[in-house]
Amino acid sequence: MAQQRQSFQIGTGLFILLGFAALAYLATQTTSLANYRQGDSYNLKARFTNIGQLKLRAPVKVAGVRVGSVSDIVLEPDKLDALVTLSIDKHFDKIPDDSAAAVFTSGLLGDQYIALQPGGSPDNFKNNDEVVLTQSSMQLEELIGKYLVGNDSGKPGDKNAPANAQTPAAPPADKSKPQEK
Amino acid sequence: MSAVRKDQSRFVAGIAQIGALGMFLVQILRAIPASLRHIAETARQIWFVGAMSLVIIMTCGLFVGMVLGLQLYYVLSIFGGTAALGTVVSLSLYRELGPVVTALLFAGRAGTSITAEIGLMRATDQLDAMEMMAVDPLAFVVAPRFIAGIIAMPILACVFNAMGIFGAHLVGVSWLGLDNGTFWSNMTSSVDVWKDVINGLYKSLVFGGVCTLVATFQGYTTAPTSEGVAYATTRTVVFSSIMTLAIDFVMTAFLM
Repeated sequence: MAQQRQSFQIGTGLFILLGFAALAYLATQTTSLANYRQGDSYNLKARFTNIGQLKLRAPVKVAGVRVGSVSDIVLEPDKLDALVTLSIDKHFDKIPDDSAAAVFTSGLLGDQYIALQPGGSPDNFKNNDEVVLTQSSMQLEELIGKYLVGNDSGKPGDKNAPANAQTPAAPPADKSKPQEK
Repeated sequence: MSAVRKDQSRFVAGIAQIGALGMFLVQILRAIPASLRHIAETARQIWFVGAMSLVIIMTCGLFVGMVLGLQLYYVLSIFGGTAALGTVVSLSLYRELGPVVTALLFAGRAGTSITAEIGLMRATDQLDAMEMMAVDPLAFVVAPRFIAGIIAMPILACVFNAMGIFGAHLVGVSWLGLDNGTFWSNMTSSVDVWKDVINGLYKSLVFGGVCTLVATFQGYTTAPTSEGVAYATTRTVVFSSIMTLAIDFVMTAFLM
């Protein structure tokens, strides 16, 4: 009886351990925890006028390869810029200090990330340096707006511009926007 | 006139049932300290209620994940968003399907056996015999099963989720040819530990309590006949399922 009871307890213990293993697997491998790098890192700062949908822990990529993550996003009270802190893996310490940072979207529906485009400077970024060259997130509405306005201004002397604006599919007389259909 | 009176008495009986269920819960909670002396019994119940349900949970989790992979691949391909398959599958599993389907399977697999066991104890006067021996059946029979259900359900839900992800990966990546890296990286970038995984665990904790509460209540209050036990077993599945889905809605609304 005592032996039987002990075998039950061993089985129950194994079952509970299996549960914890499954939970640990789910929590560390399939969630944002998987993106945490525990290794040393250094910080870069970058100012953007608009970060779009950029979130904390969004990836920072060089040439499409993940090198770090966004560790902090605050609004600068006086300049009204978004100050983004990038936490870069110590491993990648040879990023030229004239590199540019841009907020890009991965795919059509994907999340936003920060792409660092390497410059040509012989010096590299150090801890708490600022990325001076930044490019804000593309806002789809702005792009559409620009396209419409561009279409209008491409036809000087057109009296009924508003009517034209309502038909953006009208054949583009301007040469600045190549159609990519 | 008598038909109206019958309906009325049925309605009153239904409310009385709900009240009895609530009082039974209070009684169980009061018996839990005394049941801690029977910790080995609780461990045995975790084994019977949880570990013995592993096979059905794992099989069903695998198939649910595979079906999700196929269906969502089809839907997402309409919008050209198949890259989000991993995200959608894992979110729907963690937040909704894992806890709920596990609870429904649990009610069918473990809840019925709890009801039948306790019901037969009632029918064969074993519970009365225990009281005669000054052993509180609530502390020795009911509370260990209740605790076991609360402990086992989140574990089973985790296993279910893991098997579901495995199944979706099998269908999406191995068969339909999605990119492995895209599948995982989209998942890891949009699934949050606290908001998704742990919220699902809260749900399954509650479902574990609800399912075992209903099962032990039906067994404990069964009519002491073979027909009564059969009836109680059926009601366990019906009430557990309804309560699980209703509470799921409420909890989803709160945990959003």
